[in-house]
Amino acid sequence: MGLDSPDSSTAAETRLSNPAISVRNVVKRYGSVTALKGASLEIADNEFFTLLGPSGCGKTTLLRLIAGFEDITEGEIRLFGDEIASLPPNRRPVNTVFQQYALFPHMTVAENVAFGLICLKHPKAEIEPRVNAMLDLVKLGAYAGRKPSQLSGGQQQRVALARAMAPGPKVLLLDEPLSALDLKLRQAMRVELKQLQQDTGITFVFVTHDQEEALTMSDRIAIMSDGEIQQTGSAHDIYENPVNRFVADFIGETNLLDVQVEMVDGSTCQCRLPGGVMVEAKSSGQATAGKSGHVSIRPERVAITASGTGLIEGTIERQIYLGTDTQHLIRLDDGTLITARAQNAHQATVDLSPGDRAGISIDPGAVRLLID
Amino acid sequence: MAGAVGGGKSVSGVYRPVRPWLLLPSWLVIGFFLLVPVGIMLVYSFLTKEFRGGVIWDFSLAAYDQFVFDRGIFGDDPPSIEWTYITIIARSVIQAAIATLVCLIIGFPTAFFIATRPPETRTIWLFLVTVPYWVNLLIRTMSMKFLIRDNGPLNEGLMALGVISEPLPLVNTDLAVQLGLFYSYLPFMVLPIYAAVERYNFALSEAAADLYADRWTILRRVVLPAVGPGIAAGCILVFVPSLGAFLAPDLLGGAKNWMIGSLIEDQFKGAAGNWPFGAAASMILLTMVLIALFFYARSQSREKT
Repeated sequence: MGLDSPDSSTAAETRLSNPAISVRNVVKRYGSVTALKGASLEIADNEFFTLLGPSGCGKTTLLRLIAGFEDITEGEIRLFGDEIASLPPNRRPVNTVFQQYALFPHMTVAENVAFGLICLKHPKAEIEPRVNAMLDLVKLGAYAGRKPSQLSGGQQQRVALARAMAPGPKVLLLDEPLSALDLKLRQAMRVELKQLQQDTGITFVFVTHDQEEALTMSDRIAIMSDGEIQQTGSAHDIYENPVNRFVADFIGETNLLDVQVEMVDGSTCQCRLPGGVMVEAKSSGQATAGKSGHVSIRPERVAITASGTGLIEGTIERQIYLGTDTQHLIRLDDGTLITARAQNAHQATVDLSPGDRAGISIDPGAVRLLID
Repeated sequence: MAGAVGGGKSVSGVYRPVRPWLLLPSWLVIGFFLLVPVGIMLVYSFLTKEFRGGVIWDFSLAAYDQFVFDRGIFGDDPPSIEWTYITIIARSVIQAAIATLVCLIIGFPTAFFIATRPPETRTIWLFLVTVPYWVNLLIRTMSMKFLIRDNGPLNEGLMALGVISEPLPLVNTDLAVQLGLFYSYLPFMVLPIYAAVERYNFALSEAAADLYADRWTILRRVVLPAVGPGIAAGCILVFVPSLGAFLAPDLLGGAKNWMIGSLIEDQFKGAAGNWPFGAAASMILLTMVLIALFFYARSQSREKT
């Protein structure tokens, strides 16, 4: 990976006037292990921001540094302009929804939700209506007297949300809060969480390894890998304009092809595919003519045509029926495997079976040159 | 406990029926070596004493009477309270309570420390906690005596350093007994608390800190309720044997600092030789233990609801 170019460029793109959270060059080391290698990002007020990446990428570490459960090794973290990295967690006006909820097992649902308000020494007369309002917000008004162990996973999840939102934080940190739920519930909660965020106007910082979760809920996403932020942007941005090979591969499916950069003209360049065919690619970084690299082409932007009519030729190896669409695996003559995805709603223009020769056409503008 | 041995799944996942007869040896041992002797003691406590040990099979409340009341030699005066034995019981309860408290104060941080080490090193720490148990209790108690006596290393060392000019009179004091007690039973406090803290979900502490709780609030409102059962078990495991201890008061306390265990021992093995009285003292001790266990059981059942 290019160490500096993707980081500094994304940080510059996302400089905001009054960010809710601003993380600058944060490094976290555990002994000889570096969990975060200088992360920088800015999160806007009222934003649903997601830290997305595979396990061990540093996303949870970054969240825990913002919450204050761990001390940063280097860098600074600001909350609406105030430096908070030196404060203990109980002095930071942010609240957390934990992965396994971490509800206090010996307290009732209402006592759990009231805990933060009691610690903040709110007057008793204020606490009860506030707790009831929070429980109503997460539709658990009837469960105030229950113990967490008497609730289902989804209900516990809601209690954790109500508890974290009761003190009225400016920023809510959510550490993979949906990962313990089953699929149906998870899908329903995605919509509810997004709704809740929009209704309350609280800034959400959401950590997940699930790209579908990230894509459905987030205003912006930071893709993390190997202790670094690879790319920050909207779901559309990241899917359509991945900056490097990791991002292209991690978000959605893609075809990664080795290319030789032949000619550069601004953000457009001419690249030579292994078979010798030239394609036009867009580059989000600094491309240099004469260098080799990769291009990413999303499978839905690849179409199969009758043999001899496409850009490249290959042999259909497998066809996988996926309900809404069909996936065709085509082996190019140089050995590269390309995936094409076609919606089944469209009547197939060509009727080909495995073993047949086929042509491949690529949407103009679908090819991204990756700087990595 | 019987329930813990019941059926359930074996390692291979094949269901196996409950086999109550597996407990038969345990029941035999407990029945024969615990219930029968306790029954004998209960009967003896209501019999008449034979001089120099043994009993005469005549019903008598003399043993219990002797414990509480002092009658004049001629029996004409109204009975007055005999404070000797009540004092011994009170001393036993106080000493056991102090030993429990000291063990808790030392044991809780120790257990917390061990439970928060990386898993691979925990075993080593736990192993170190049990090291004193390789040495016989009698020898450990005697060593304590050698350590704290007038010309022992403690006094000699303090005098050599000029901290004191006269040896501290430690042997034959309640303090010496206390040293023997808490030292003997400290691991019984550490181990159950360790087990509770090890199961404790530290995310709860983080959640409490996240919700603006300071350290003291976290300990009081989140940690202690969660590890409470372990603390209660540790307290019982220290308090009960401390209450009936006789080695520490015997060897470190001397005649003026008897606890109930020393009194009982004296009735059966020592000069007094009054079996019914020893049996009655045992019954009183047993009753106190049962009361302590009752409070323990109540605290545990409250924990569950």
